Amino acid sequence: MNNSYLKPGSIIVTREKLSPDRDALQVKVKVKNLSFFYGTQQALFDNNLEIFENCVTAIIGPSGCGKSTHIRVYNRIYEMYRGHLATGEVWMDGQNILDPGQDLIQLRKKVGMIFQKPTPFPLSVFENVAYGLRLHYRMSQGELSERVEEALKQAALWDEVKDKLDESGLALSGGQQQRLCIARAIAIKPELLLMDEPTSAIDPVATAKIEELVDTLKKNYTIVIVTHNMQQAARISDFTVFFYEGRIIEFGETQQIFTNPREKQTEDYITGRFG
Amino acid sequence: MKDRSLFIRHSVNFGIKVISSLSAVLTLFMLGWILYVVASRGLGAFHLDFFLKLPTPPGVPGGGIANAIIGTALITLLATLIGVPVGILAGIYLAEYGLDSRASNAVRFLANILMGTPSIIIGVFVYTILVMRMGNFSGYAGAIALGIIILPVVARTTEDMLRLVPNSMRESALALGAPRWKVILGIVFRSAKAGLVTGVLLAIARVSGETAPLLFTALNSPYWVKSLNEPVANLTVTIFNYAMSPYADWKEKAWGASLLIMFGVLVVSILARWFFREKRV
Repeated sequence: MNNSYLKPGSIIVTREKLSPDRDALQVKVKVKNLSFFYGTQQALFDNNLEIFENCVTAIIGPSGCGKSTHIRVYNRIYEMYRGHLATGEVWMDGQNILDPGQDLIQLRKKVGMIFQKPTPFPLSVFENVAYGLRLHYRMSQGELSERVEEALKQAALWDEVKDKLDESGLALSGGQQQRLCIARAIAIKPELLLMDEPTSAIDPVATAKIEELVDTLKKNYTIVIVTHNMQQAARISDFTVFFYEGRIIEFGETQQIFTNPREKQTEDYITGRFG
Repeated sequence: MKDRSLFIRHSVNFGIKVISSLSAVLTLFMLGWILYVVASRGLGAFHLDFFLKLPTPPGVPGGGIANAIIGTALITLLATLIGVPVGILAGIYLAEYGLDSRASNAVRFLANILMGTPSIIIGVFVYTILVMRMGNFSGYAGAIALGIIILPVVARTTEDMLRLVPNSMRESALALGAPRWKVILGIVFRSAKAGLVTGVLLAIARVSGETAPLLFTALNSPYWVKSLNEPVANLTVTIFNYAMSPYADWKEKAWGASLLIMFGVLVVSILARWFFREKRV
């Protein structure tokens, strides 16, 4: 591995350079002039961004810089709260997500989300994964079981839970719970998977498993992952976005961002000078 | 600068510990005393007839308060059916839909006031709008009065319990494409189940001891319950009447009925605690 360019404290990028294929990539999400307001306080300022299909895009930046806020616009989950407002455009498959006519159930079927803390429902392991399937489809018990098994296998959890599908999802360990949530999200085959610091509440071994999982999942899904952990961003992402104070400072291939950032602020952040 | 005296700090600490411990013991002692007095005087009334027979006139041996037991059970059940569903729905509004809007703050404030309203006022209120208009005391009026008392208690505990469910749980379900009502009924309710059941049980325990609202509504009756559209025998008003009477055998039955109610409330409370502990994950 060539890391002659690294300064002390900087990050080892293990990913290959994407450049040759870059033209072949399809844009999955196109964000135009996205701003976000918590009441009167503005949290995002004119974000412009492209998320490429079947790639992992990592969003990094110091706490409170708007990383989570940004991805929470993609499935409009912020609308649960009073006074939260997004302006601008977010295009996915020819539709503006922020269009008031956008059907939220349809949108959320296409855009799955994994949260910081694992949030298994107080249901059995099986029913946790079946929850989304039951919401969106009518299917026979046999079909349902197949889809649940498939999702658990994709989430690399099947072997650990196949004998306790009827036990409560809450009885699993933290790392298993998070993979259960991933299985639950991918069971309904979303096109875009949002991960909001999915490993910040779990131990390193479980984190490694989830990182591996992200790598295999990108064959079928487009993934956007918010992370505090720059090593993680460097390990698992193809593209990296650096956020600072609600603005996108820099966006580029992960290798370029970590080895040859264009912006001074990006360099300061990834070399640990602030943040 | 001088060090503060360690001796004084330890003494004050010790003093506070002693005072609060004594207060705790006093609380327990009062409850124990009440239980002891009621039990020692009431146990004598506990014969099989007490639970199975109608009341007898003073001086006539035997007889019981079976009609009052059934009456209280019926009125409490009906009051629960009236107060609990409305209370839970109001709690859902406060915790899930209204949140901190002006309307829900008003509802919350009024519910708190209703909770603090003396029960006799609720009795008089139902007397005025129902009993006086219909021209007779009735079990229905009693159930409505108790239902009104249950309503705010259940609404507020429901709100509190639903608010304990972390928003991440709601977000996860919404993010899967679930509509709000399914999130509330399928996920939030299930997470808060133990707390909700506890709240309902405690509300029931609370009204099962109410006397004043029943005095103005269900009144009392020496007969079996034939219809809830007429005065209905019940334990608390029976205690009130018997305890005020000059007859020794009636007084003993009043103690017996008191013990029965205390026992019932105790069982419901223990059930509530057990539920809260068992199912909390």
